[in-house]
Amino acid sequence: MPAPEQRRIIFKHIDEPGYTNDIGCYLRNGGYEVLKKAVARKPEELIDEVKKSGLRGRGGAGFPCGVKWGLVDRKSGKPIYLIVNADESEPGTFKDRYIMHQDPHQLIEGTMISCFANNVKQAYIYIRGEMPHGARILEKAIAEARAANFVGPNILGTGYSCEIFVHRGAGAYICGEETGLIESLEGKRANPRIKPPYFPAVLGLYQCPTIVNNVETLCHVKYIAEHGGAEYAKIGTPGNTGTRIFCVSGHVQRPGYYEFPAGTITMGQLLNEVCGGPLPGRKFKAVIPGGSSAKILRFGERFKGKRKVGTELVDYDWGVEDVPMDFDSLGMIGTMGGSGGVIVMDDTVNMVEALANINAFYSHESCGQCTPCREGSLWMKKITSRMVHGQARNDDAALLKSVADQIPGRTICAFGEACSWPTQSFIAKFGDEFKQYPETKKTAKPVDAVALV
Amino acid sequence: MNLKPETLSKIDEVITHYPTKRSATLPLLHLIQEDVGHLPPDTSEWVAAKLELQPINVLEVITFYPMFRQKPIGRRHIKVCRTLSCALLGGYKTCATFEKEFHTHLGEVSPDGEVTVDFVECLASCGTAPVVMIDDELHEKVDCAKAKQLSDQIKAEAKKR
Repeated sequence: MPAPEQRRIIFKHIDEPGYTNDIGCYLRNGGYEVLKKAVARKPEELIDEVKKSGLRGRGGAGFPCGVKWGLVDRKSGKPIYLIVNADESEPGTFKDRYIMHQDPHQLIEGTMISCFANNVKQAYIYIRGEMPHGARILEKAIAEARAANFVGPNILGTGYSCEIFVHRGAGAYICGEETGLIESLEGKRANPRIKPPYFPAVLGLYQCPTIVNNVETLCHVKYIAEHGGAEYAKIGTPGNTGTRIFCVSGHVQRPGYYEFPAGTITMGQLLNEVCGGPLPGRKFKAVIPGGSSAKILRFGERFKGKRKVGTELVDYDWGVEDVPMDFDSLGMIGTMGGSGGVIVMDDTVNMVEALANINAFYSHESCGQCTPCREGSLWMKKITSRMVHGQARNDDAALLKSVADQIPGRTICAFGEACSWPTQSFIAKFGDEFKQYPETKKTAKPVDAVALV
Repeated sequence: MNLKPETLSKIDEVITHYPTKRSATLPLLHLIQEDVGHLPPDTSEWVAAKLELQPINVLEVITFYPMFRQKPIGRRHIKVCRTLSCALLGGYKTCATFEKEFHTHLGEVSPDGEVTVDFVECLASCGTAPVVMIDDELHEKVDCAKAKQLSDQIKAEAKKR
């Protein structure tokens, strides 16, 4: 079956010739018209539209945005904050970068609509430190929007006021975790907070109710405010509404970003047709479907079970290529859609080395407050890099698994899961390569072999 | 602490963005680092005094975030992405090319004082791997040939100075 057509609603103007990131260009393309209409409505109506839309967060967890907004404590009398999570750091993910650099006003409009809907008076955009240009572009865009009375005091004469500031991170992955981000915005180490009691919706920034939404999610809110929740929910499939942006990287002919109605494209269509298939003379070996912490899939494995289609339960029997790229289907086969970062590896890659690369990342990025994660991620890194650079032993796979199995569920935040899933899934799917690795090392590598760690 | 007047005025402005002064810790550290090139030893005391904190509150932030550095680096900072998507397309070779071109090792200032080469984790541009940041500029699809070309550019600029 041929791949469906791309449908760009969020990336509509990305890479469009002549489209610039200033407010003049945005206004010429109908910019801020949605905000103008939104501030004339009741905030509750806007929240209802988002609930009806079924929008799920695009940062990684896929949590329903309307539910998140519904959890906000509105009776405390404390100010409500909104934080834009622009700390795009999950390896394999690179969609928010393009929104912020090329179409920043789309984000600001979505943010202001969300602020108005939730009676937020102060918003922060937490952008990762490695995007200094992005931060400057956003600051300039906010200043333009303020000059046009879309941000700041008495917005469009409604009496509603809201300010946005840009806050730069400084290179720590854990700031993408919402409570770590809040700590960082308070000027501290980004050690995530324990939940309960520190649910951001109740005790977030400065112990006030706080909404943390991903960049792309807020752009979807703008689209929902424009077209209505019911209309938005018609895009995609039930439970996976709207469009999904896939960031494809690694060993494919055409890596890049592609936006499709959610749940309408399979892994095979995405990789073979949209991305042009494997590099010449190579074969796909493995794929990580939702950012580097998502569990890996091995080409050739099959997934069987029953799934709900409408009201009926039907059998499915999928190869990796047949899996629809939506949150629920990927969840069903034991991995996740996460942030949409698809990392592809072909038959030139040794999986021990690929895991050693990932483990080095998580070991570097553990915040260090929970012992199982700090020590576990470090030892998983030490073991895999010893296997590659030192001596590999026959029982290394079992040792790695025993370390990985002791982390998840024993940490304050989901980093514990994120750092152990790669090791667990690589060993479950490619146990043979780990066993053979001491032998593999004895044969010389091809001269053009690529080092991964 | 000897900061430029414009840095000082930016510092005073950024503090007003937050209801509590402590929130300005990261922005102040960025501003000082952009001005001085690194964070000198009296940074913690100076920022703490400015934000009504204890110096340890600032020091623990400096040591937590990888972008803050307490030692001077070369004139240009070359940051090569080390993470999987870039590594799959030759990021390690790219990094080795920069090291070789400037006769230096990771994390050190090159003998001519021109650059410091570092590996960093995912720069969120995986679709154009391997990527490298030189100071604030992102460079995409930096294979060995392009790394050589970028190195030559830096060397040429150094000669002009």
